[in-house]
Amino acid sequence: MTDLSNVAALLGSISSKKLRFFGSWIATAIALLALPCIFSSGGSLTTFSLIGISIIFSLSYNILLGQTGMLSFGHAVYYGLGGFLAIHGMNLIVASKLPVPLPLVPLIGGISGLFFAAIFGWVPTRRSRTAFAMISLGVAELVASSSLILRSFFGGEAGISANRTKLLPVFGWNFGPQIQIYYLVAFWTLLAVIAMYALTRTPLGRMCNAVRDNPERVQFVGYDPHVIRFLAFCIAGFFAGIAGALAAINFEIANAAYLGAAQSFVVLMATYIGGVGFFIGPIIGAIFVTYLSLALSDLTTVWQLYFGLFFVAVVMLAPGGITGLLMKHRPLVRAGTIVKVLRAYLVALVPTLTMITGLILGIEIVVQHTINAGEDPHTKAFGVHFNAASPLIWLLATALVIGGFVVGRPAWRWVAKAWDEALNTAREKGIHA
Amino acid sequence: MLELIVTSTLNGVLYGMLLFLMASGLTVIFSMLGVLNFAHASFYMLGAFFGFQISRWFGFWPALLIAPLLAGLIGAVVERYGLRHVHKNGPVAELLFTFGLAFVIEEVVEIIWGKSPVDYRVPRLLDFPAFTIFSTNYPAFKMFMLLVSVAIFLALLIALKKTRVGLIVQAALTHPHMVGHLGHDVDRIFMMVFGIGTALAAVAGVIAGPALQTQSNMAELLGPILFVVVVVGGLGSLRGAFMASLLIGLVQTFAVSMNGSLANIFGPLGPGNAQPLLADIWNVTIAQIAPIIPYLLMVVILLFRPMGLFGTRE
Repeated sequence: MTDLSNVAALLGSISSKKLRFFGSWIATAIALLALPCIFSSGGSLTTFSLIGISIIFSLSYNILLGQTGMLSFGHAVYYGLGGFLAIHGMNLIVASKLPVPLPLVPLIGGISGLFFAAIFGWVPTRRSRTAFAMISLGVAELVASSSLILRSFFGGEAGISANRTKLLPVFGWNFGPQIQIYYLVAFWTLLAVIAMYALTRTPLGRMCNAVRDNPERVQFVGYDPHVIRFLAFCIAGFFAGIAGALAAINFEIANAAYLGAAQSFVVLMATYIGGVGFFIGPIIGAIFVTYLSLALSDLTTVWQLYFGLFFVAVVMLAPGGITGLLMKHRPLVRAGTIVKVLRAYLVALVPTLTMITGLILGIEIVVQHTINAGEDPHTKAFGVHFNAASPLIWLLATALVIGGFVVGRPAWRWVAKAWDEALNTAREKGIHA
Repeated sequence: MLELIVTSTLNGVLYGMLLFLMASGLTVIFSMLGVLNFAHASFYMLGAFFGFQISRWFGFWPALLIAPLLAGLIGAVVERYGLRHVHKNGPVAELLFTFGLAFVIEEVVEIIWGKSPVDYRVPRLLDFPAFTIFSTNYPAFKMFMLLVSVAIFLALLIALKKTRVGLIVQAALTHPHMVGHLGHDVDRIFMMVFGIGTALAAVAGVIAGPALQTQSNMAELLGPILFVVVVVGGLGSLRGAFMASLLIGLVQTFAVSMNGSLANIFGPLGPGNAQPLLADIWNVTIAQIAPIIPYLLMVVILLFRPMGLFGTRE
């Protein structure tokens, strides 16, 4: 009797787990469908489309960095080539009137990403770690420089364009309006996210993790780490190609910037800021960075500096990224000891924010004196007006930075103490990270 | 033809020595800290801009001394207060830290000196042709650059091989713990090596600034080639870095001065204008593909020697 109830309980827990698992995917799909109803302006639809593309791209990058431990500085090559091939494919489809609708075009990008990753990936994946990073950078420079030489294919500086509305319409949709593009991107994003999640559950995905953690042991087990790295590289290239094709469809143009170093760096930063240790990390990173770059560029002219400083801060202080930072608190939440830590955070936040404010003020003053030299010193950054020429503002910035630093140090030490205590209490309760 | 060979060889050796000035610091830092300093080319750029600014205030000769010192100081601070803390987060975080630093340095330089090239000139004392080969004048400043880089190369060689400090540094490369047990402050040695490495890159920046262009994208242009040099030479091998620097310096300089293309070589045998993409490949000159030659060389060499020319370990 007890056996039976045990089995029933087990079945129940499995099915409830399954329910939760599939439920979360279905909820995501419904949320994606409903999103345009809430934010219906053209601007937010464009933002959502960009975020979707960025999510696919970042997740594909995390197949390399997070799952296989390969730090690539040239992932945009496959994104860019996917975009170019998609544009060429669209032009070819229109020119020879092939019955291919637009929603299938990202597949062209994906296959070309896979193809080129297979060509360029064999040499770099022989090595791991630093050497791989440097070789990937070299290969990326090779392709980016070649794109400016092979003008007929890459279109030189101007790039090449296509008209997405000329393809075969689907159910009366010609994909002119942004809302239809949004749904196209959302569909592919969901599909790609599910596929990449499934990949982490396959034996290949597990072997990737093994290659990341202990390549020597993988060799002993009888696998070739080079081949596994190469396979991961090809798959990452495939999804990057899909993202690139979607970007090309969204902008109706592909140019050399698509496969340049800057694009590779952005995806690296987005993935790392989101957190490479968890599947959801790059998704959060993509949303955060895309939104940040759009929002910050409205607020200040030197947003890239802030972005860079933020990235350095994440590398130094939170190597697990945003997700890693949040997940560190999970045992505390379960043990119910989070409140004390949160209180400490609130206290430490005040001097920290003071210091950051001072820093931003200082940077903006310098910017006012160098970039905008000779203009009216009464300026505005982050919506705040100030006079950059007055010595008072210099003093204020210095005082804020120094004051924030002096008060902030003991405050953070106190946070660390509260953290240790809370974690110890959690451990005593038998909850481990 | 002979003229071309002589000038290209001179220029190639000069470029190679400049590359080695940077690659040597990069290699020593890598062997010591186990981290490839992505921001190394940024210190070269800082050197050029500091050199420009200081030579405007005090003249070129003080700049040649002060700019590397300043850059080296910044490098030491970066190691002491940045890298050392990131070390516990693993090698990927270390590399990404220097990568973020490179990003930030470029932005700061752009904010202070702007995006367009600055007017960094050859000092008047050296602004004359050193000698005339065939019909071209070879500028004295380029000879000076060559002299400085060779002098530093020799000084480094002697300092590393013959002095007590060099001995300790060499020992710290392979056995840091043992050196620590013998009473040396290994952390301080690391900091100083990092500082000196960045200062060397800055020297390269100060002397290359007037000859090349001093602009906020110079780190971005040179950085990848620098990494190609250390990978082709074999990560962590000074000898390899030297050979690869000269190799890439010479190959690229010769490529720039050549005008041949496949169409020139094969003439009427070519496919003509059959297909635009093929025609592109057919008609491109060697000078045009000069920027990608180092990368092609890297791929070819790594195909046959995955560890690089003189590399031994992963």
